[in-house]
Amino acid sequence: MSGVAFPTTDAVDFLVLGAGAAGGVVAKELATAGFRVVVLEQGPYLRETDYSHDEIKYTIQPGLTNDPKVQPITYRRSEADRAQPMKAIEYGRQVGGGSVHFTANYWRFHESDFHERSLFGEVNGADLADWPIAYADLEPYYTKAEYELGVSGLAGANPFEAPRSKPYPLPPMPVKSSGVLFDRATKKLGLHPFPAPVAILSEPYQGRAACVNCGFCESFGCEMRAKSSTLVSVIPLAEKTGRCEIRSDCYVRKIETDEAGRATGAIYFDRNQREIFQRAKAIFVCANGVETPKLLLMSKSKRFPEGLANSSGLVGKYLMWDNGGEAQGLFEHPLNEYKGIQVTRLIHDYYAADHKRGFYGGGGIDARFDFYPAGFALHGLPPDAPRWGSEYKRMFETYFNRTMSLLAHTTSLAQAKNTVSLDPEVKDAWGLPAVRITFDHHPDDVATMKWMMARQIEILEAAGALKTWSQSLDIVDSMPSRHLMGTCRMGNDPAISVVNAYSRTNDVPNLFLVDGSNFVTSARQQPTATIQALAYRAADYAVRAAKRGDLS
Amino acid sequence: MAAWPEVLSAQQHAHTAAGSPTAHFETLDANTAGEIEAIAAQIIPSTGGPGAREAGVIYFIDRALLTFAADDRETYRTGMARLQQKRQELFPNSTTIASLTGEQQMTLIRTIEASDFFELLRTHTALGFLGNPSYGGNRGEAGWNQIGFENLMAYQPPFGYYDAQVNGEKE
Repeated sequence: MSGVAFPTTDAVDFLVLGAGAAGGVVAKELATAGFRVVVLEQGPYLRETDYSHDEIKYTIQPGLTNDPKVQPITYRRSEADRAQPMKAIEYGRQVGGGSVHFTANYWRFHESDFHERSLFGEVNGADLADWPIAYADLEPYYTKAEYELGVSGLAGANPFEAPRSKPYPLPPMPVKSSGVLFDRATKKLGLHPFPAPVAILSEPYQGRAACVNCGFCESFGCEMRAKSSTLVSVIPLAEKTGRCEIRSDCYVRKIETDEAGRATGAIYFDRNQREIFQRAKAIFVCANGVETPKLLLMSKSKRFPEGLANSSGLVGKYLMWDNGGEAQGLFEHPLNEYKGIQVTRLIHDYYAADHKRGFYGGGGIDARFDFYPAGFALHGLPPDAPRWGSEYKRMFETYFNRTMSLLAHTTSLAQAKNTVSLDPEVKDAWGLPAVRITFDHHPDDVATMKWMMARQIEILEAAGALKTWSQSLDIVDSMPSRHLMGTCRMGNDPAISVVNAYSRTNDVPNLFLVDGSNFVTSARQQPTATIQALAYRAADYAVRAAKRGDLS
Repeated sequence: MAAWPEVLSAQQHAHTAAGSPTAHFETLDANTAGEIEAIAAQIIPSTGGPGAREAGVIYFIDRALLTFAADDRETYRTGMARLQQKRQELFPNSTTIASLTGEQQMTLIRTIEASDFFELLRTHTALGFLGNPSYGGNRGEAGWNQIGFENLMAYQPPFGYYDAQVNGEKE
């Protein structure tokens, strides 16, 4: 826990809202640069001794994620529909945020991801746009993130990767049977498999132990502290400065502004539901691609009647989804895929969009196993398998250790009609409006998923699968989305963006937003590395701005 | 190289969290419990090794209805009432589901296969068979043994047949 406790009435230098993948990085950068920082986090402050390998707690119940019983979410496919309660989105809700329970895939963007509008052209019905930054602008921050957090991988193994200034700090994780089969199959098909870059320690690093291959990464917290969450990497460094106070179980309901239109602090509910106002000279909102726009929309005032930092009208717009279908294959011999991290091999051969396919889109494909025992019996078998009885039992018993999955990670186009807004009727346990998600796929995104699924099946067949099958690509079946991107778009033109190229809002000079909300495009999913690189870059800019007096 | 003190400490923690199974029912009466157990034992039967009955799935369901699945009690109540009605229609001389023959039980289940109640019961049966034993089911890790899940805190490569082909000698 934090040693320092700042009074709420004195303005701290920075208030950081959200202690996740981005907020943890920002807090560490600001505190180590000498600023006084208060971090407000909705969720609890958990430690590795609080976690367990309890599938029911973390996959059936919201052990580490938002709980729709206290924070309902509503969903509708289009504006014409009435939204119904549904857990359409999911996010990590504790100190460390989603970096605690994520699978830890850690892909950098490709150079092309920042300029797809120029490279590919317009896409009907979508607002495909270039980023205001290039890969080269982020490269030093990707490297910094990989070294400060601890990332394992093999530089140069992916022929499609963008130039890197340094290799990964740690060698790749041990390959699993899924990775070996994937290697063989993709090479046979003329493709280029490479070891998965993951924010998991393959060797001891910075006082933390190496991964012991227990297999409980996705949806779980790491008892070994080998998963490089912000909770175990940068947040301890922030606290060690004595200038960073992390307040957990604190739920912000409004950012206040003064007559000059500058942010003055935030009103939040503490764990006892008391309302508290924390003053600050500048604010970073790092609450994720859904909670960040929600907070801005709740922070209406006379001066900002449509929500804070929303002169463009784009706060909450262009929500992009966690796309990609999953295919499975059954093999002759035991793979024992439950052992070891989820993903050890992948390809980026189909990453670039290609006009020849007849639609926009592309993706990566990884070999993985992300089922736990009960989940496999419920959702892992082929769709035509019996659902109960002796044959059902025989199948889940024999398939469990002989099955692997190929998961595609594909594009989600930005469309103005896909939004995060405040539900006009449904309220949460604090009396605040529920998040309302309006989302429907662009036809090209569906075409991409289908096209990729055909590639996934080809690879499984080339790997010698005795049988292959795939799960439904229907949006409702694949809910909830865990990659929350695009709702406070970054850009150079304030009329069509919410933040500038440094994640600073166009409307409020001492207000920064940095998390998945900044994303102009979805790249090919796996947003965490880019969220953290953006966070390092925004914090670097804010430190320099604050030091020259530009923020006060 | 693994950090063994950390592994041992985490393993110990996992075992403490596993706790001990209950021997009595908290939410269900014994008769209803017997009826639900009869269905669960058809969903995951005792063919080729322990099934829902031997793994104590009914104790899992009983506790689930008291805790995280408390909202599902009404679905169970109405679902079971409808199922008893079906039983009487199909087998007028019977008194309970549990006393039907296995064939009769399967015939009965086929009439509700598409219902929300059956989906819930199927979900709870799988969770009770393969979930953490601390929830009252998966007794003696019976379900995990059946699927070959070792439940250890650490593993060393090679993990499976195919990576052993490549890395067998190295490790």
